[in-house]
Amino acid sequence: MKIALVGNPNTGKSSIFNMLTGLRQHVGNFPGVTVDVKTGEMRLGDTSVSLVDLPGTYSIYPRSADERVVYESLNVKTKEDRPDAVMVVLDTSNLQRNLLLASQVYDLGLPTLFVLNMNDVAKRRGIKVNEEGLKSYFPEAEIVSANARAGMGKSTILEALQDLPARSARANEPCEINDFPGQEKETIRRYKEIKKMISAVETVVTKQDFTSKWDRILTHPIFGYAIFASILLIIFQFIFAFANYPMDLIDGAFASFSSWTANMLPAGVFTDLLTEGVIPGIGGVVIFIPQIALLFFFIAILEETGYLARVVFIMDRLMRPLGLNGKSVVPMMSSVACAIPGVMATRTIADRKERLITILIAPLMSCSARIPVYTLLISLVIPETKVWGIINAQGLVLFGLYFLGTAMALIVALILKVLIKTDEKGFLLLELPGYKAPRWGNVGLIVLEKVRVFVWDAGRIILAISIVLWALASYGPSERIQMAENQAKMTAAREGMGKAETDQLIASAKLENSYIGIMGKGIEPAIEPLGYDWKIGISLITSFAAREVFVGSMATIYAVEDDGEEQTPLIEQLRKEKRSDGTPVYSLATGVSLMVFYAFAMMCMATLAVVKRETKSWKWPLVQLGYMGALAYFGALITYQLLA
Amino acid sequence: MAQLLSEIADGQEVRVISIASSILRVKLLEMGLLEDQPIRVLYRAPFGDPMAINVNGYVLSMRLSEAKLVSVSSNSGSE
Repeated sequence: MKIALVGNPNTGKSSIFNMLTGLRQHVGNFPGVTVDVKTGEMRLGDTSVSLVDLPGTYSIYPRSADERVVYESLNVKTKEDRPDAVMVVLDTSNLQRNLLLASQVYDLGLPTLFVLNMNDVAKRRGIKVNEEGLKSYFPEAEIVSANARAGMGKSTILEALQDLPARSARANEPCEINDFPGQEKETIRRYKEIKKMISAVETVVTKQDFTSKWDRILTHPIFGYAIFASILLIIFQFIFAFANYPMDLIDGAFASFSSWTANMLPAGVFTDLLTEGVIPGIGGVVIFIPQIALLFFFIAILEETGYLARVVFIMDRLMRPLGLNGKSVVPMMSSVACAIPGVMATRTIADRKERLITILIAPLMSCSARIPVYTLLISLVIPETKVWGIINAQGLVLFGLYFLGTAMALIVALILKVLIKTDEKGFLLLELPGYKAPRWGNVGLIVLEKVRVFVWDAGRIILAISIVLWALASYGPSERIQMAENQAKMTAAREGMGKAETDQLIASAKLENSYIGIMGKGIEPAIEPLGYDWKIGISLITSFAAREVFVGSMATIYAVEDDGEEQTPLIEQLRKEKRSDGTPVYSLATGVSLMVFYAFAMMCMATLAVVKRETKSWKWPLVQLGYMGALAYFGALITYQLLA
Repeated sequence: MAQLLSEIADGQEVRVISIASSILRVKLLEMGLLEDQPIRVLYRAPFGDPMAINVNGYVLSMRLSEAKLVSVSSNSGSE
């Protein structure tokens, strides 16, 4: 059995969903609709029921990609895909507007339950609703009240769902999505009826004015921005300070698991695949979970409290000249952890053009996968000196890279605004909900959901590409590989190297002569003007699974141990590298050129796949790959030529 | 006297007269900007845009370009 959950935004719909399904939630495909929706499992007596949490909307007629899901899933043509019942959550303190959607859904003719939620807020505002009276207008619906924030109403809802009255025929067919005149007539007619209902069932004891003092401060021309900037600063400081510990643990755990597996299993292709392809591939996904979880923990708090809507409100005017929307701020913030949830968060932007631009620029925000690359390159070429006696030069460069990404994102947005043509006009029309204390259960479930999306959507692709790259890096023309291996063995014997060193030398020789090695050498002419040699070329190619693979590839090529966080042996080895003319390979120019390359390049197949899914065409991910590639190449070229 | 909602000063209470025909008309109606609905302008974002209004007990924010579609009458005159 399948029950759809609908309601206006800010009605506590997710609290109801979480209360009913707890941890038994997953993101899945709704039949008939090609967008992923959240589904949770619950038990109704002896039957198990899927509760489908549809995006919040004010009307069944969609104005955004998000809301389209609601219309489509409630109007699925095939009978078996249609939900068996629908539950509408209403904000009791704002009944008039909530009843529009509720009455539209009621008329669809599915067994219907109305949940009058937030009755505590209504009580505080002196609003009383006569449930019996309301029922007389919706005779075939069941009506219950709840206060999900306080965890109240679960058993009442479950009871009511168990014997929802069957429906007589559909009252009237809903309008088509594009039939605006029809929708307009319907809306006016419905509100007329609703006003009658309200005067019959609602009593307002005290009508209080609730212009919030908080809004005065949080939307203030100076304090508003200052507070937002401070919050961002605190969040990112916190993430930088604390995400490293679990990340080191994960890194170490996967490294030792990999070598343990290698020792336990007989040597062979399968073991190599496991220890060099699969396990590091999974490790490369898991390592980002702490950062992503932490960032979404903070974003979820800001959203739960109602503050995020104020951020949209004060940022809208600033984002608009760039072809963006105030709502673009949230996807851009999310992209600092990972562009995948960032791209998915754009669904709330109603305007197609504003949404598209936000999607296209999101991967320019510096995501967590770039950090290991930046860290390695910064410690390699930036001296540990102080600027003006106080500011750490290395920290300043890292900050500069984040700034570079963000600034470029805004510049590209401006250009896309001119290039992308549309007849639609962007709009905002956003409800500013009342301030609330965050519900930690809801926050936890949001974090869990985002991490799950990342692990599934990004993880599968990163893992698949890791395996392909492993194969390309492990195999090559067999004669060539054999010769290289023999030569490495001879060199090792001549120099009297130990076993570990010999193995590293062999691995390096094999990589150099593998298919990827050949590709790396093949692109050398193209990347030479950027200050790179074929060894860097190999690492660039391997980064296409995920950017941070760069570090591991470099360690393999230079035949040093990858020691996780510090990378001391690798950095020492890299410093020793000389070009044919005797100058070091990793000069300041090459290092900074690489940083710029990584800041701009679209080296993330997983993001491309998600962009394809969200824009429903290959055109936009290819545009993204192309423009970011061009930015990276020419950005790095200019940087190198200026500094060299 | 009819004015556009975008021109109403903070703190003023007005009534909706009509919404100009546009693609946003249905959306504005759905958000509760019905004929004769009393609304109150609450505050504006920095740079004067967007603005926040109180519609029947909830706060709705809208760009000035959206508020321009709504013509309103000053409340004091009609009461």
